[in-house]
Amino acid sequence: MSNTIHELQTDLAAGRVTATKLVEDALARLEEKQATHNISLATARDRALERARAIDEARAAGKPMGRLAGIPFIAKDNFLTFGTTTTAAAKILEGFEAPYQATSIEKLEAEGAIMIAKANLDAFAHGSSTENSYYGPTKNAVDPTRVPGGSSGGSATAVALDIVPFALGSDTGGSIRQPASLSGVLGVKPTYGLVSRYGVIAMASSTDTIGAFARTADDLALVMDVMAGKDERDSTTLPDVSTSLLTDKNQPQRLKIGIVKEYMTDAVQPEVRAAVQKRVDDLRALGHDIEEVSLPSLDLALAIYYIIIPAEISSNLSRYDGIKYGLSAEQAKALDEVYGLTRDQGFMAENKRRILIGTYVLSSGYYDAYYRKAQTARTILINEFKKTFEHYDMLIGPVSPTTAFKLGENTSDPLKMYLADIMTVAVSLAGLPAVSVPSGEDKKGLPIGLQLIGKQRDDGLLFAVTKQLEGVK
Amino acid sequence: MTDTTKTTISIDDVYYVAGLSKIAVSEEEATKLQAELDAILGYVQQLNELDTTGIKPTYQVTGLTNVDRDDVIIDYGVDQQALLQNAPHVQDNQIKVPKVL
Repeated sequence: MSNTIHELQTDLAAGRVTATKLVEDALARLEEKQATHNISLATARDRALERARAIDEARAAGKPMGRLAGIPFIAKDNFLTFGTTTTAAAKILEGFEAPYQATSIEKLEAEGAIMIAKANLDAFAHGSSTENSYYGPTKNAVDPTRVPGGSSGGSATAVALDIVPFALGSDTGGSIRQPASLSGVLGVKPTYGLVSRYGVIAMASSTDTIGAFARTADDLALVMDVMAGKDERDSTTLPDVSTSLLTDKNQPQRLKIGIVKEYMTDAVQPEVRAAVQKRVDDLRALGHDIEEVSLPSLDLALAIYYIIIPAEISSNLSRYDGIKYGLSAEQAKALDEVYGLTRDQGFMAENKRRILIGTYVLSSGYYDAYYRKAQTARTILINEFKKTFEHYDMLIGPVSPTTAFKLGENTSDPLKMYLADIMTVAVSLAGLPAVSVPSGEDKKGLPIGLQLIGKQRDDGLLFAVTKQLEGVK
Repeated sequence: MTDTTKTTISIDDVYYVAGLSKIAVSEEEATKLQAELDAILGYVQQLNELDTTGIKPTYQVTGLTNVDRDDVIIDYGVDQQALLQNAPHVQDNQIKVPKVL
């Protein structure tokens, strides 16, 4: 079945298929795979079909069509949307109906895209395997005994199983790139501030980004081009992004590319290193210059991340109080009991760990030793990236130290699970764009991802290089 | 048993931060959390070896500062009833809360 966005648009324009048929087929594929892979938390069937009919009628009437007219997609369930509930896969938001939609959803809908369902995730996007969902784990598209990666695991599996041509995710420390790598699809975490976060449930505001999964570079670039831009409702959006992200608008010249030494150690699965080395050959064959580069502070990135991010989480998750919306502990009598019992019953264990770590590192007496120290170390890391990018156009390395691990393999040891993020968090702390590009598989047939890392605002260049790599077999 | 004299975070610390975080953890949870949080804090303490003398912290990574707007009401078209329908307890168009004192 041919079903990239660009192919579907050709079929739609030629009248070979309708938006209604595309939505019905995507929902049927989702229903079939839901039983085995637990991809979605809810569908938006009625609203999706209504929107599809309206688009089909507009097309038949010869009205101008949007850039994504009739294309079905799935959004991670931390995007506020109409048509169904928004739960962040957390019990504390069970049944929540969003009173408004995320800016990114509004922008996609303005171009005619149709959201058919909400994807599973680690509750509040805290995790690297989608096993922290209140609604059970999503399964890996290639091997259902393994994790899809996380936290955007449902979105990654949906695209990997050809249910939809693209899906939305959020990436705070690797939550798009790592599941893309483990599931064998493209995934991008854009430059911090490229896409508005308004209406996406906040996790860690200094690194939260909105991105997407797709199967081709052209599709990924198109979706990001539609979502990018300044939004008055998210003051961190970049005011001066005007250039197109489309692949034909960004022709890479001969690039100087650094392969990151700290990401190619013995701790990385040998097959993953070999796959990255193969990509080095591919990039050389495409005419680019590649040499090894060292950024010593990368070894500290995970420690920095697991101070700053819990701190921000503890603040952002203070709003879930059992009063305004969501779960409210029924046995609570006084106000303080409502807070305490609701939050104890409504959060997953990982949510609590992060809230408590965050509260600890921000508390009186520990603030300087942990939080301020980490933010200062972050400056050192950022300066190292800046210095490196004076000499290199792009950096490369693996996305994940291993291919997809078994369900339950890392759940008993939180710290071991955190290590899954070891090669994605530094990019987040520095606000850089990065793409996970499918690059072969290990002996078990499990996908491996290559990480392309760019300078801030070089998202378009990354898509263009991704397209070049697609041409290499 | 863990030797509590060597841990970074004690069981009392766990109850203290759980109290600050408004999470009513059970005794069983607190015991488990103490070991888990101690391991995580032990890991992040590797930053202590880094010399950060004279370096300023970074809180915002793209260089934006003080993004402000005109002090006017913007109608985002969010319906009052849509907001209230998510509240667990509502009375006369207001969110009802239990006794504060």
